[in-house]
Amino acid sequence: MPALVTVFAKEFLENLRDRRTLLSALLFGPLFGPLLFGIMVSRMLEQTVVESDEPLKVTVSGSEHAPGLTSYLVVQGVNVTLAKLSEDQARAAVRGGSAQVVIVIPEEYPARFTAALPAPVLLVADSTDSQTRKSADRARMILGNYSSTLAQLRLQIRGVNPLLSLPLAVNDIDIATPTGRAVVVLGFMTYFVLFAMLMGGLYLAIDSTAGERERGSLEALLSLPVARGVLVGGKILATCAYMCISLALSLTAFVCVFRFVPLEKLGMSANLGAGTAVLFFAICLPFVPLGAALMTFVASFTRSYREAQTYLTTVLLVPTLPIAFASIYSLKTKSSLMFIPSLSQHLLMTSALKDEPIAAHDVWVSAAASLGVALVLFVLTARHWRRETMLG
Amino acid sequence: MIEASHLSKRFGAIDAVRDVSFSARDGEITGILGANGAGKSTCLRMLYGVLTPDSGRASVDGIDIRGETSKARAHLGVLPHAAGLYGNLTARENIGYFGALQGVERARLKTRIAELADLLGMESFLERRAKGFSQGQRIKVALARALVHDPGNIVLDEPTNGLDVMAIRNLRDMLLALKRQGRCVLFSSHVMQEVAALCDRVVIIGQGRVLADETVQSIRERSGGKSLEEAFLGVLGDTEGVR
Repeated sequence: MPALVTVFAKEFLENLRDRRTLLSALLFGPLFGPLLFGIMVSRMLEQTVVESDEPLKVTVSGSEHAPGLTSYLVVQGVNVTLAKLSEDQARAAVRGGSAQVVIVIPEEYPARFTAALPAPVLLVADSTDSQTRKSADRARMILGNYSSTLAQLRLQIRGVNPLLSLPLAVNDIDIATPTGRAVVVLGFMTYFVLFAMLMGGLYLAIDSTAGERERGSLEALLSLPVARGVLVGGKILATCAYMCISLALSLTAFVCVFRFVPLEKLGMSANLGAGTAVLFFAICLPFVPLGAALMTFVASFTRSYREAQTYLTTVLLVPTLPIAFASIYSLKTKSSLMFIPSLSQHLLMTSALKDEPIAAHDVWVSAAASLGVALVLFVLTARHWRRETMLG
Repeated sequence: MIEASHLSKRFGAIDAVRDVSFSARDGEITGILGANGAGKSTCLRMLYGVLTPDSGRASVDGIDIRGETSKARAHLGVLPHAAGLYGNLTARENIGYFGALQGVERARLKTRIAELADLLGMESFLERRAKGFSQGQRIKVALARALVHDPGNIVLDEPTNGLDVMAIRNLRDMLLALKRQGRCVLFSSHVMQEVAALCDRVVIIGQGRVLADETVQSIRERSGGKSLEEAFLGVLGDTEGVR
């Protein structure tokens, strides 16, 4: 058996027996993301769906001044509670949480209304509370509708074509496709995928370098007639194997989770079936050796398990940086960005999720760039292992 | 046969080893005796090629360790100062891993591990994971690991450190068995009694230099009736802190 295979097989087997590696590679990494994600998205969806189904609750004070408005609210399906509150009392009620939205109709309302002057209506709500804000928006919309209906009636009575008051006919066309809208929600899923992948190899990268040193088996290993590059290569390959397992598990978990998340209730659909999952795997695959080489490289400089853990936790954040930039500047898939590892994978996966066409050469450039960086890191690691300082 | 000629090594401003020459012959046990920090480990590390000497050369069975590292190492078994095992592998797997990396064929490896298990008395824990091994079991596996490719030469760096009396006794028997098989055994120690009890030749190192290189017999003779300890101290000077 060639030495490379021997090293690979030993690292693979040894870590298969290590609970810590297994937990992070097969359980924590791959399942944490999808589960958290599933729960988060369902919670978000539930809230939105429930809110628009529930009748709007409004407390109306001074309804006797505006019986027409009050009955309009009731006809619109608003759950109206009548009360007698001054403006200050209304503020206090909203602040105290005993009412979400309060409409206060002042005494001068009837007089101004009959005189066809703008009649004052106070709408009291707290816009910093996202739940109340939605209710307030709905109340504002209903009031607006009432107002424009009345305006048109007034014009008609005076013999004026009510259409004159509508110089513009605005048609709101939202081009967000159902899938496109889902992408906003699913955007950071790609990070979870990359994170799970790196987590899968994290402990093996530590164990095969800093662990080897801490256990005191390093010097014996280094005095064998095996080239250091072969030792490093075998270790990185074993790390890659675990990362691939994690990646596959994580994608499978995502596919399962999306079966149960009621995205379609919001008119969204995520293009994450088995086919896309396979495509994701192919897109991420070139990033695997890069991540493995990076973690092995960093861990090779550390003296102990704990030290390696500290440094590698930071390394886990590295692939998020380009993704964060992509979100802030809302970058789109461009050939020039395919040279940046992790960003290119993120963009390609997002495109795949949106069902956009993916150019084959973009995939190739992304793969070649990642593999190139992986090769550089491998050479640097092997060079470090040839140094005397490796003995520590 | 292991030969060191004019080995020197500096670490920054410190001369760890200065112009050290000696040879360890086949069928003999050679001891390197010196206080902690005298340069024993640095010396041995240059012999098995994980450190590069600044000057001088080392060879195993006449093969230069720098020029033909892999070939020389195939003739050499090494038990470094830190001889940790892989806790999640069984004793057999620990030995087998090193055997495979030494290029021992699979079939030969199986018989060789059986031989070593018999020689070192490892049958009872051969299939157990190394995690819970005692110091004695550990050193046996580490020694088997160093011997798996049947090398003619073996280098051990402070092998008795941390071992209990029984384990030291066992180790001593093992080294004597290796000597009887005609192998060249070279080990370092800072325990004088150990060296005296076991070695045919002693190389005494102090502050990176060879202070003496002779047979235990001649040291005894030179002492002229005085105790062996005093004879050693005479060579070392009284400041070297050897027990």
